[in-house]
Amino acid sequence: MSAAFDEKVHNTLADANLQLAIYRATARLIDHRKHAVTADALPDYQELRTEANAIKRHTIDHLDHYLEQFEANVTAHGGKVVWCQDATEVADFVLGLAKERHARLIVKSKSMTTEEIDLNERLEHHHLESVETDLGEYILQLAHQRPYHIVAPALHLTRYDVGDLFARTLGVANETAVEKQTLIARSVLREKFLAADIGISGANFLVADSGAVLLVENEGNARLTTSAPRIHIAVAGIEKLIPRAQDLAVFLKLLGRSATGQALTVYTSFLSGPRRTGEIDGPEEFYVVLLDNGRTKLLADSAKRESLYCIRCGACLNHCPVYRKIGGHSFPWVYSGPIGAIITPQFLGVKHEPALPFASSLCGACAEVCPVKIDIPKILLDLRAEVKQDERRDGRGRMERLVFKLWAWVMCHPRIYEMAAMVAAGVAPAENGAWLRKAPALMDVAPVRAWLSQRDLPPAPPKSFRELWRKR
Amino acid sequence: MAQRVSLFVTCVVDQLFPKVGLAMADVLERLGYQVDFPEDQTCCGQPAFNTGYRDEARQVARHFLKVFRDCEYVIVPSGSCTSMIAHHFHHLFPADPQAMAAADALTPRVWEFSRFLLEVARVDDVGARFEDVVTYHDSCHALREFGIKDGPRRLLANVRGLELREMDAAEECCGFGGTFSVKLPEISGGMARTKIDSIVRTGARTVVSVDSSCLMQIQGALSRAALPVRTMHLAEVLASR
Repeated sequence: MSAAFDEKVHNTLADANLQLAIYRATARLIDHRKHAVTADALPDYQELRTEANAIKRHTIDHLDHYLEQFEANVTAHGGKVVWCQDATEVADFVLGLAKERHARLIVKSKSMTTEEIDLNERLEHHHLESVETDLGEYILQLAHQRPYHIVAPALHLTRYDVGDLFARTLGVANETAVEKQTLIARSVLREKFLAADIGISGANFLVADSGAVLLVENEGNARLTTSAPRIHIAVAGIEKLIPRAQDLAVFLKLLGRSATGQALTVYTSFLSGPRRTGEIDGPEEFYVVLLDNGRTKLLADSAKRESLYCIRCGACLNHCPVYRKIGGHSFPWVYSGPIGAIITPQFLGVKHEPALPFASSLCGACAEVCPVKIDIPKILLDLRAEVKQDERRDGRGRMERLVFKLWAWVMCHPRIYEMAAMVAAGVAPAENGAWLRKAPALMDVAPVRAWLSQRDLPPAPPKSFRELWRKR
Repeated sequence: MAQRVSLFVTCVVDQLFPKVGLAMADVLERLGYQVDFPEDQTCCGQPAFNTGYRDEARQVARHFLKVFRDCEYVIVPSGSCTSMIAHHFHHLFPADPQAMAAADALTPRVWEFSRFLLEVARVDDVGARFEDVVTYHDSCHALREFGIKDGPRRLLANVRGLELREMDAAEECCGFGGTFSVKLPEISGGMARTKIDSIVRTGARTVVSVDSSCLMQIQGALSRAALPVRTMHLAEVLASR
């Protein structure tokens, strides 16, 4: 485990206010989802999950075909598809376009993909102002923080935190009422929308047969971002494809419900190309940036390819007892929670944070609520095996490897297993059956100390089951 | 002649909670089964598998398959170990068709204890008596890999003198997670404390589950917090009269 990960975990667990904020916010999201997917509210919920999984499987297995179909349809509508390998290529494209069009101000709607490539920082580095317009993201931009959660980026901040932040950064009165805070952000952002030259959005889905970008949101800022400025750029990972507009009937039923418990979000925008002759609004130019940034690497791995099915609803984060303890910022990359734990090592390599696949009790709550049925625990187990292979290649983790080798050998030799167990029990006798608070001298080893740092240790019974069974 | 069933008591029960194994045998014998304990059994291999040591897990799984090869029913006091055998053994042997076939042949014969009672023995009342207020903790693998949820509650509801109280977060993980409990102890401990808060709110005196490992985690945290709540495996409650 890296010291940075360890420290973030420790600090989050030690912060009682933060613990309460995370727990309450996720509990609310859990509750909303639960009511949205009951048999009364959505009788075919399980069938929809199966269908969504099948559509994603088909799309990802035939991604080359759908990407080309998507590009052809975007082009036919007067838009342009831009293929980018990585973060630099996206930034170069946006910077180049901004220069050509003499653009100075960019408004952005919420997009995890642009977080993934640090787009704001890259643009600001070249003196382009890029303003987040989702309330949560705007708050985080002012606070210079990364999103805490895929769907609820400022989940960890209280309204008091936001009041202080606005007062400090915007020079306004310290307002603690959420409605007043929203009005403050709105008055700042309205001006930005009107003055912006370029709007950058993400995409919830890319619809191949329509060449369309589908966006869901609750604040209306994404619709403004994509229609007010004269240029709209949607930045999306290549895995966002779905074949047909009618597939949205499956995904839109699942996405809002899984994310926030909403049957549909307040705004659903279906954007297919620039403003056409006779239309009164919409951008003059429409670009879709299709980003790889490591996704083709995942695509090549048929065993873990399903990681690309994710529609970023955040349900696995809300339901994950580990996320609920360690929060979003403990995770080493922008994607947190169970989905972050499986895609981070695949995008950045298992060495990036080797502890990540192990930071799970494998309880399976994530897979249970995943709307596209990604088998997250199975992928975590595969990644654990990859971490151990990597350690072996590098000659690290020798002690643990030796222990498991010895353990396996003992487990294949029942007589030795019994003797070893008797020796261990002799070291830690159960005097009065009380649970132990301290390690017996001969058992004072790291794993036992780790156990005892949190809990008491069970005493060894006088006789094992097999000894008792023989006497029975 | 009585149907023979074989116990796989798991290494945790064998070494730390032998009473659970004895209770399970008692209940099965009362129901008329002839209970057998294959003495060469050790572990299912899950600790190695969950820690990423596939070769070591394979070795132990091979040993398991050899020991239980001829058993008609294998009864396990753990949803987690049952899942290791019934769901993960298959994936351990992609390059060994013979071992994979042995694993597949064993899969339908491996039963978590409560599920065996309800689905094979077809009983939901074993004639037990246990005067206590009890709350039931859903062990994750029993719940999510086998859908074991109502079964243990039905068995408990039919125990004379027992009052069952639901906790608010019954389905939330206790935080054990095998080697997770010692690899990331702070997170695991935090999860255990959330769990015991939920348990304590019910006012129950006893927490029951179908997995001794979860109960070890929960009892360890209860004991550390000096709370007067005890843990018992479902088999122990059902064996009481």
